[in-house]
Amino acid sequence: MRHFNIVRHTWGVLLTITTTLDQATDLGFLLHKHPDRVQRFEQSHGTAHVFYPDADERRCTAALLLDVDPIELVRTRGRGTPDFSLGQYVNDRPYAASSLLASAMSNVFRTAMRGRCDARPELAQTPIPLEIALPALPCKGGPGQAERFFAPLGWDVSAVPVPLDPEFGEWGDSRYVTLKLTGTLRLADALNQMYVLLPVLDDAKHYWMAPDEVDKLIRAGEGWLAAHPDRGAITRRYLANRRGLVRSALGRLADAEDAPEEELDPVQVEEEPAPVEDGEDQTPKDQPVSLAEHRLQAVVRALHDENAQRVIDLGCGTGKLLARLLKDGFFTEISGTDVSHRALSHAWRRLHWDDGPRRGDGRVRDVFQGALTYADDRFAGYEAAVLMEVVEHIDPPRLGAVERVVFGHAAPRVVIVTTPNAEHNVRYEGLAPGAMRHPDHRFEWTRAEFRAWADRVAAAHGYRVRHVPVGDDDPEVGAPTQMGVFTR
Amino acid sequence: MTEIRVPEMGLVVLVGVTGSGKSHFARSHFKPTQVVSSDHCRGVVSDDENDQSASGDAFDLLHYIVGKRLRRGLLTVVDATNVQSRSREALLRIAKEHDVMSVAIVLDVPESLAAERNAVRPERNLPPHVIPRQRRELRRGMRDLARQFRRHHVLTGADEIDAATIVYEKAWNDKRELTGPFDVIGDVHGCRAELEDLLTRLGYEIERDAQGRAVGADHPGGRTAVFVGDLVDRGPDSPGVLRLVMGMVGAGDALCVSGNHEAKLVRALRGRKVRVGHGLEKSLEQFAAEDDDFRGGALNFMAGLISHYVLDDGRLVVAHAGLKEEYHGRASGRVRSFALYGDTTGETDEYGLPVRYPWARDYRGKAMVVYGHTPIPEAEWVNNTICLDTGAVFGGKLTALRYPERELVSVPARQVWYEPTRPLEAPAASSAGAHRENDVLNIGDVLGEQGVETRLMGRVAVREENARAALEVMSRFAVDPRWLVYLPPTMAPAATSPLPGHLEHPAEALAAYRDKGITRVVCEEKHMGSRAVAVVCRDAAVAAERFGMPDGTTGAVYTRTGRSFFRDPSRTAEVLDRLRAAIGAAGLWDELDTGWLVIDGELLPWSAKAMDLIRTQYAAAGAAARAALPMASEVLARASERGLDLGGLREHIGRRAVNASLFRDAYARYCWTVDGLTGLRFAPFQILAGEGRSWADARDHEWHMAVAGRLAESDTSDLVQRTEFMTVDLGSPQSEAAVTEWWEKLTAAGGEGMVVKPLGPLPDEVKIQPGLKCRGPEYLRIIYGPDYTEPENLDRLRRRSLGRKRSLAMREHALGAEALARLAAGEPMWRVHQAVFAVLALESEPVDPRL
Repeated sequence: MRHFNIVRHTWGVLLTITTTLDQATDLGFLLHKHPDRVQRFEQSHGTAHVFYPDADERRCTAALLLDVDPIELVRTRGRGTPDFSLGQYVNDRPYAASSLLASAMSNVFRTAMRGRCDARPELAQTPIPLEIALPALPCKGGPGQAERFFAPLGWDVSAVPVPLDPEFGEWGDSRYVTLKLTGTLRLADALNQMYVLLPVLDDAKHYWMAPDEVDKLIRAGEGWLAAHPDRGAITRRYLANRRGLVRSALGRLADAEDAPEEELDPVQVEEEPAPVEDGEDQTPKDQPVSLAEHRLQAVVRALHDENAQRVIDLGCGTGKLLARLLKDGFFTEISGTDVSHRALSHAWRRLHWDDGPRRGDGRVRDVFQGALTYADDRFAGYEAAVLMEVVEHIDPPRLGAVERVVFGHAAPRVVIVTTPNAEHNVRYEGLAPGAMRHPDHRFEWTRAEFRAWADRVAAAHGYRVRHVPVGDDDPEVGAPTQMGVFTR
Repeated sequence: MTEIRVPEMGLVVLVGVTGSGKSHFARSHFKPTQVVSSDHCRGVVSDDENDQSASGDAFDLLHYIVGKRLRRGLLTVVDATNVQSRSREALLRIAKEHDVMSVAIVLDVPESLAAERNAVRPERNLPPHVIPRQRRELRRGMRDLARQFRRHHVLTGADEIDAATIVYEKAWNDKRELTGPFDVIGDVHGCRAELEDLLTRLGYEIERDAQGRAVGADHPGGRTAVFVGDLVDRGPDSPGVLRLVMGMVGAGDALCVSGNHEAKLVRALRGRKVRVGHGLEKSLEQFAAEDDDFRGGALNFMAGLISHYVLDDGRLVVAHAGLKEEYHGRASGRVRSFALYGDTTGETDEYGLPVRYPWARDYRGKAMVVYGHTPIPEAEWVNNTICLDTGAVFGGKLTALRYPERELVSVPARQVWYEPTRPLEAPAASSAGAHRENDVLNIGDVLGEQGVETRLMGRVAVREENARAALEVMSRFAVDPRWLVYLPPTMAPAATSPLPGHLEHPAEALAAYRDKGITRVVCEEKHMGSRAVAVVCRDAAVAAERFGMPDGTTGAVYTRTGRSFFRDPSRTAEVLDRLRAAIGAAGLWDELDTGWLVIDGELLPWSAKAMDLIRTQYAAAGAAARAALPMASEVLARASERGLDLGGLREHIGRRAVNASLFRDAYARYCWTVDGLTGLRFAPFQILAGEGRSWADARDHEWHMAVAGRLAESDTSDLVQRTEFMTVDLGSPQSEAAVTEWWEKLTAAGGEGMVVKPLGPLPDEVKIQPGLKCRGPEYLRIIYGPDYTEPENLDRLRRRSLGRKRSLAMREHALGAEALARLAAGEPMWRVHQAVFAVLALESEPVDPRL
């Protein structure tokens, strides 16, 4: 079948709040919901029901049951898009249950969350014994993560993972946990913590970003977030996962496959911590220089050595090298290409490609999408081409095509190739034996393998090649990065 | 009456003072679009045709237009005074850049007449000295004209100008009217005996003179031989070869283009100083033994040979060393040089021979280019071009290409007649029409707005943003383009069913075809797995020869977006082994006369490929429901015990629990454990293509079902699964009832549903969907969600719109068929890739993926 992503589960949106306070039914005052009534609140994507399964003096439980209408969910969000079916599709994923629940909470318990209760004003400011239960909470990172986020707030946390499918035991656990929190807290705090932390634990991609999102977080986090040991992670996850509504055509292709979207653009695993981005030499002197920085410096030095002032970065990624070249007045013409549109959009932003007069006195000639397996006249006409950490992302059978495109067709005077030295991998803690440094690496070469390849390519296309180690040259396993400087 | 001969393609420069009547002349002899006038250009750039200050820009524009027209091979007439030698030079440069002929036509009228004409056009406001000055310039430049132009005509006086007629002349190389069939013959180099052998093999009857010498050859089937040149030098009997070929050309049985050896022999025979070598010494010796008559005739023949022919309405070009597309049908020194010597880089190799630029690797032209010049062991197709010089004189063989059949015919050399300077280049494999990567694909093959020309639908457009998305996926994740010969098109569902509990039902699918005038359809069981295309070669040799895969792989199995189905290459190899065995046991290699097949099918189980998706989406949803709904029911029950009025909420949640459990069952049905290949199934449903044949196009779906069935029967490894099917007579209610019952049974048992495809001839004028899917209600739970069957949900879902999906299915189908047709016809890899790439690009168009 054709693969795509369906709406995240829409049943499990149940939250119960129980108190064993003396006069437990006072919970009704605090929540502004009468314990003997069943109330409905229409939401944009379903109905929130509030009722009390228990309501006596010793124990009172309020239940918030969100009955999500999956069809309304996809339909209502289609407004304003050029095509109805597009609207259905584009919006079929983003609504994680936790976000819907958080949204419903803020609608239904708005006053309670502000800590206002005219009938029981003191009680509203008093910590009371509470039990909060969520039968199916999407929880990225598993029970431990729930513990980590809730325990510092004074909760006694029970988080039990939900198995994916009991009949397929080998599939293991789902991303859901059955969560039960017990503790003595102010009700308003408890509600606000849910409001912030449920979506954060879900860590799904939410799209209903409002401009006042930061204000909301500050308001909801009042009194507890600032002191939370994980406030950084919480804030980042709360805000960072909100992306634009329009998903690229690329995303649609990713969905057509079974691969999770992340796989299309795996996060670059830096061998060492990266320096501060774009900072004007903010790296403290005592901090070791990262390998990425070593590599940039080595490439720039080699370009200087070869007196190559007009340079194209083949596989420029997010444009780090381009930005570096731009800072160096030696380089008179700078271009970059990459196959990843997402990476390029970062590069464009980095180089301010689209805002007005081009940076660097017009020295940036072009930054464009291209693939090294296709001959392309736009690659030609430079003194040097750089393939920095590129070849290892190419399937071995396609390397021949790349060689012909770069050394045969574009054929600049200088070609610089850097690639990991596989022998050095034993020096990386946490890298399993035989594993590669990046999930998208199709191979990693030993020094001998790189040499053999480089010598053959150089001979076939009339180049000479010299080899330069990059990074700390380990006497036993060599430098972490190997660089070949081809000249003709 | 003066007859002015003008090339059909070329530049005509009118020359004459203001008022000499050039515009009138141009109007009366040429189409308005053929004439580019300086006055008009001046008007375009300044809104005033007489604004002399705008002349600079006006001529820039004029030159630009002339260049564009000449590039496109259009006759272009320049209407400007052109009295100055310098202004003509600029035009001649443009003509030369585009390798076309130029003709000048001078309109010479008395000053008084010109002045008179200008007087009636007061807007010109011409100072009196202008015309005399122009005339002086014209006079002065006259002698340059002969030097500047291959041909120029001077028409003196109004009468002669009025009486002149234009006659169009075809270029010498333009033989587009000759449609063949042809036998193109490679470099002969004096190997007369081998030539006679080859002509006989090709079915020519050789005509001999009194001494028994071959002096002609005629094909009873009316075929024409075309010689690629290099008839002479090195071999034992260059005069004998010439005698035969001259006879054939003279009798209209053959065409011949010049080779570089003819050109050099002509110079040598004319007594020019040439370096004697490369076998020229042999010819000179042999010519010395001939009589003057022969020598004179042969010299005239060789000197008169032109450098290339354009044949068969432009579909075939023959030139000795090949010819790039920009030069087809053009005439200039560099075109001739290219045709005779090839595109040399100016460097020489270790043997002292010129290094040739591999122009054929970049060739993207429509015409087939056939040539010789560079000896190679086997004739090999490179992007719709082929070199036929298989080194007969070096002991190789003499080769001919039958056109349009694209068959190669060769005879072995009788001996080594001449030792080669360097060994013949290593065999690069391959017979006719290999789908191989002769060099690299070009970005222009896939990006840009040109779209893809298809046999079924004409031009299918590809939007740039979609092509860009596809570029990333293609270059990062897809299998090698040599294997990626096809991507399966998407398929639209039948119109939405009004029946309770159904979104899709056979009735609509059958009606859709019935309404279009189709009488029979085949209904095929739809397997729920992952689409997989298998390219299977009989052995590694076929893979190397036909697909240019040197690494010992024998095929590929890939997904609908072109990714390898299995991460582990050895798993792919195992699946291919089993498929290969089944194909062999079914006797299909011989029956279909092919060493490779492309098969479309479904790989099962779904969980084999989609496990990540099942875990993160489907099973996860089921897990959440299992955890949450019982608790929801429980709190509702307690609330109900308290006497609260829940208004149907309990029942509603109860139904959702039932639906959730059905949902779980729906996906679980398509999951089972695969261990190695155990448990893996491949259900083929179409044999897409084999050597020389797009079976998708050549056979109907009953044939495909029958062959797929034979594969399943022949398979002993438990891999190949049968696809059940039924044919339906659309005129018969019983037949429809039977298939409906079949579908209901199939889907009740958890089947995904069926696909309905038309049988019999398709009407030309209406668009027919290549297939319509008709999915079962429980399967659709996976697609539309657990609760989609609730009546209020179903009503809303019925409003789904199918237009885009249908359009997409048609376009992708046309592209898929195009890729297969190009593959089967042995077209160059970039042509196949272009169509395949376009399918992937269209897949990134926004369409409701649930359809």
